[in-house]
Amino acid sequence: MTGDITRPRTPGADLPDHPDFLWRNPEPKKSYDVVIVGGGGHGLATAHYLAKNHGITNVAVLEKGWLAGGNMARNTTIIRSNYLWDESSAIYEHSLKLWEGLEEDLGYPILFSQRGVLNLAHTLQDVRDSIRRVEANKLNGVDAEWVEPDEVRKICPIVNTSADIRYPVMGATYQPRAGIAKHDYVAWGFARRADEAGIDLIQDCEVTGFTTDGNRVTGVQTSRGTIAAGTVALCAAGHTSVLTDMLGFRVPVQSHPLQALVSELLEPVHPTVVMSNAVHVYVSQAHKGELVMGAGVDSYNGYGQRGAFHIIERQMAAAVELFPVFARAHLLRTWGGIVDTSPDASPIVGRTPYDNVYLNCGWGTGGFKATPGIGDAMAHTIAHGEPHPYVAPFALDRFVSGALVDEHGAAAVAH
Amino acid sequence: MQLIECPWCGPREEVEFHYGGQAHVAYPEDPAALDDEQWAHYVFYRDNPKGRFAERWSHAAGCRRWFNAVRDTATYRFESVYHPDQPKPVIP
Repeated sequence: MTGDITRPRTPGADLPDHPDFLWRNPEPKKSYDVVIVGGGGHGLATAHYLAKNHGITNVAVLEKGWLAGGNMARNTTIIRSNYLWDESSAIYEHSLKLWEGLEEDLGYPILFSQRGVLNLAHTLQDVRDSIRRVEANKLNGVDAEWVEPDEVRKICPIVNTSADIRYPVMGATYQPRAGIAKHDYVAWGFARRADEAGIDLIQDCEVTGFTTDGNRVTGVQTSRGTIAAGTVALCAAGHTSVLTDMLGFRVPVQSHPLQALVSELLEPVHPTVVMSNAVHVYVSQAHKGELVMGAGVDSYNGYGQRGAFHIIERQMAAAVELFPVFARAHLLRTWGGIVDTSPDASPIVGRTPYDNVYLNCGWGTGGFKATPGIGDAMAHTIAHGEPHPYVAPFALDRFVSGALVDEHGAAAVAH
Repeated sequence: MQLIECPWCGPREEVEFHYGGQAHVAYPEDPAALDDEQWAHYVFYRDNPKGRFAERWSHAAGCRRWFNAVRDTATYRFESVYHPDQPKPVIP
C-alpha cells in the first residue's frame, strides 16, 4: 500500500462495513400471546417452530443477557440420539432428524457434521451396558452398533487402544449419524428466522417477577417493565429454579457448574467424537481446529458459570491417557455453564401448577442436542395446550407417580 | 484452589471434600402418613437457590466427618461452617 505515511489513518477506516444485523433489537410491547423466558437455544427454537408450524408470531423471547450467551455458548456441541429408554430415544431421535434438515429449514449454515460418536467401554460392565443400549437403540430405529477395539482404531486412529493402560478400551458403541454443529450459528439461524416471522427477541431484559390471577399468570415483570402474556414458557435451563421460586412452586432440579475447554488450533487429527463415561471425558475437534473437551459437573450447586480447576485437571488426565497425541497440545480457554440436573437425569417438560405456564428444564448436561426437537415439541405443547407425545413422559408429575425415565449412567455418559 | 474450613480440622483444599446437598432435610417423623406428593418432595425435591444455601459437606479425604456450611451459590464463598447438630443459621 502506498500513500502519505505522515498522516495517521483514522482507526477503522479500512474496515468493511458492519454486516447486516440478523435480527432487530425491538422495545418490548405491552402484551404478547406467548412470552418465552430464556433466549438460548431452546427458547429460540421454540419461537421458530411456533411461527413456522403454528403461525403464532405475537411472541416475545426475553433474555436477561445477550441472545444465546448462556449454555448455548458454553456447550460442547455434541449431537446424538443413542439413549437407552424408549422415551428418551424418541425425543432425541426426533431432534436428530430435525438436525438433518435444519440448515435448509433455517436457510443458514450451521456446520452440522455427522462424523459419528464413539462411546467407549472400559470394563466388562461397560461392555454389557453398551451392548444392551445398542440393542435397545436398534429396536427404536436408532443407528447404533457395537464395535470392537480394532474397529475403534479404524474409526479414530488416535485413540489409545493398547491393552496396558489403566482403563483399556474394550470396545465402543458407534452412532454414525451423530456429530457436532456450530452452536453459535445454530442460535443465530433460529433467531434470524424467528425475527423474520415478526417475533420480538428482547435482550437485556431480566424477569424479576410474575403477576398472577389464581391459576394463571397474566404478566411477566421484567427489568424493562411489565409485559402481559397469554401463555408463558420457561426455557431458562440453570436459572429455572430462580423463576419457579418467584412463581411459588418447586421443580426437582439442582443447578451445577459444568466446565468445558478448548485447545489451541490444530491440524485435523480427530475425525469423530469420542466419549468415555468411565474415565469421563468427551472430545471432538471443531471445524476451526480446536479440540473441544468436556467432562462431568462440579459437585456443588453453583450459579457462577465457573468451576474448580481440579475438575479440569482430572479431565485432562483422562484425555491424555486416551489420546497420547494430545500431551503436547496447549489449553487455550476454559469456561463454565450452569446445568439444571434432575433426579433421573431426564428433562422436565410440560405442565406446571399454572394453567398457562409451560416448563422446559432439567436437560442437565445434554440440552444442546435436543434444541430443534424440544423447540418443535414445546411449540406444539403451547399451541395445543397439551403436551406433545414426545414430551408427555417427561412431565413434572412423574416424581409423584414414580414413572421416572432413569437415564443415569445408561445414556452413554453420566449426567 | 478454594480452601474449605472443616470445623474439626481447619482449612483444607477443596479436593478433600465431598458435597452432600441441602442440609437440614430431616427424615419424616411418620413416613407412612405421607401421601405420594409429600413423599416425592422428601425424596426428590431440594431447594436450589441462587445465593446463600445451607448445605452438607463431608471431609471425605480427612477426618471423614460431616458438617454443614452456609455458602453463596453465586460467588461460591463460604460464609460459615458448623457442626451438624447445630441449628440452621438464619439466612437473610
